Amino acid sequence: MNTRRVRRRLVNGIMTGLVGVLSALAVLALVLILGNLVVKGASSLDWNFFTKNPVPAGESGGGVANAIVGTGIIVGLACLIGLPIGIGAGLYLAEFGSGRLGWVVRFVADVMNGTPSIVVGIFAWTWLVKPMGHFSALAGSVSLAILMIPMLARTTEEMVRLVPHSLREAALALGYPRWRTSLRIVARTALAGIITGCLVGIARIAGETAPLLFTALGNLNFSTHVLEPMQALSLQIFQYATGPFDDWHRLAWAAAIVLMGLVLLLALSARWAIRQRHGASR
Amino acid sequence: MTALPIEPTVAPTPTPTPASHGRWRVLKGVNAGDRVYRGTLTVLAVLLPLLLVAVVSELVVSAWPAIRRFGPRFLWTSVWDPVAGVFGAAPMIFGTLASSLLALVIAVPLALGVAIFLTEFAPKWVRQPIAFLVELLAAIPSVVYGLWGIFVLIPFLRSSVVPVLRAVFGWAPFFDGVFYGNSLLAGGVILAIMIVPYIAAVSREVLLAVPGSQREAALGMGATRWEAVWTAVVPYGRAGLIGAVILGLGRALGETMAVTMLIGNRHDIGLSVLQPAYTMAAAIANEFSEATTNLYLSALFEVGLLLFVITVVVNALARLLIWQVARGTAVGSRAL
Repeated sequence: MNTRRVRRRLVNGIMTGLVGVLSALAVLALVLILGNLVVKGASSLDWNFFTKNPVPAGESGGGVANAIVGTGIIVGLACLIGLPIGIGAGLYLAEFGSGRLGWVVRFVADVMNGTPSIVVGIFAWTWLVKPMGHFSALAGSVSLAILMIPMLARTTEEMVRLVPHSLREAALALGYPRWRTSLRIVARTALAGIITGCLVGIARIAGETAPLLFTALGNLNFSTHVLEPMQALSLQIFQYATGPFDDWHRLAWAAAIVLMGLVLLLALSARWAIRQRHGASR
Repeated sequence: MTALPIEPTVAPTPTPTPASHGRWRVLKGVNAGDRVYRGTLTVLAVLLPLLLVAVVSELVVSAWPAIRRFGPRFLWTSVWDPVAGVFGAAPMIFGTLASSLLALVIAVPLALGVAIFLTEFAPKWVRQPIAFLVELLAAIPSVVYGLWGIFVLIPFLRSSVVPVLRAVFGWAPFFDGVFYGNSLLAGGVILAIMIVPYIAAVSREVLLAVPGSQREAALGMGATRWEAVWTAVVPYGRAGLIGAVILGLGRALGETMAVTMLIGNRHDIGLSVLQPAYTMAAAIANEFSEATTNLYLSALFEVGLLLFVITVVVNALARLLIWQVARGTAVGSRAL
């Protein structure tokens, strides 16, 4: 009897320790990855890195100015296309989404949320690159927007649904039209949540590579023309990491720091925005 | 409704004037602004199903030459010869499944451990920070995982893991052959790290949705805390936990960049995890731009279509299972 109790307590202790160790392992993975980024890349982050364009293969030096600007343009354009559609669809789901169309849109959003990004990439290729006859940053932006829209729609819906019904009723009772109630009262109350959704969405697409491979393609030169091929940080990292030169690898690590910094900044501000709304509980 | 919080300051006009008529129309929701608003939102919402239809139809149309040429044989032929124009996706399908399963074998215990620790054992003050740190793993771009895998993970596997695996399991066919670095093992391990945050986050929400009375009942019967978790909480949330795992599987199946950079990209079916392999996503990423013939391109589109169909089925299944426990929530549709 006594040994059985000891055994049960022992199992309890071991398993408690085990799940603790597993959690520590997961955190360790994050620390290792971020730590390696800093150790291997930080020394290359100098003025040249941010202001120069890539130099021909084999030569040392050069920077990734074109990729940084390219990522900004491609992601910015993707937001211009994706944010209105995603937020609009989310508002529709929250405000009018109880019918059959709402169900269909919700289901489609969930299905598209899991679509592999490479599939979206080849879709954008057949849709935009092939008819236009050349690769373009615009096609890249469209594929990123397609990745962003379903997620935005679902988070916007969720955030708008959190707004208490009494607020809406109060506005309607004061004679506000529905559309103004929806936009100026409901959506405005949910604004922090919607912004969080947008930031998370942008963080997710900013690091995407696969959809850009056959759309934005990459560019060795500095380009701001959205109908031409354009370089992006993620594409640059891919090219440099898989290339044979040490100098490329060095630049890949540095570029990864910049990309990671951008994504972390977006993720942390998303976190901050939601805290403003929900307090410290989440 | 008898006690209205706001007393009307203006007495209601008894006779319908044009102004109050307009107000009634507002209440019925028939004013022009409302119609424009609803119309605009509906158009934006309808774009989503249209987009899905467009994606599927473009894929089918582009894949059609290959579908007609090879039929179902495409799924189990392992020849991939662009020069002769013969294509079979078996090695990629095998590699996709093998790398994803390997990832699950590593990630599931890890992620469930994290979820159980965070909901049941951890002191309150570490729960949020640890959950946040684990979720940050989901924020790391795929290509950064690939970079880290090439220059950190593979050297580590080569120096520390593979010799140990060989020494312990050397008799098994899974650890045969020379380890070149890029391999099923490297791809599987990186995938595992990448899907841990998804499985952990969803499992955690599922465990949080288990009623406290389940724990209390078990503890009240004299169970230890672990027994309460293992005999009461986990079985209650089983469907949701399986859903979480399947959701992770869906992520792993479609993951492209990191796997492309690490798995070795060889059209082969082998049992050994130390050998290079190929996945469907990696094949598209690698070969799409060099596909010179229409049939080649079409075969790659068919691979894309297959990948799309598989992930849709897997994701739909996961969502149904999760809904059984955490009903109606959009769990897992948000990362971070």
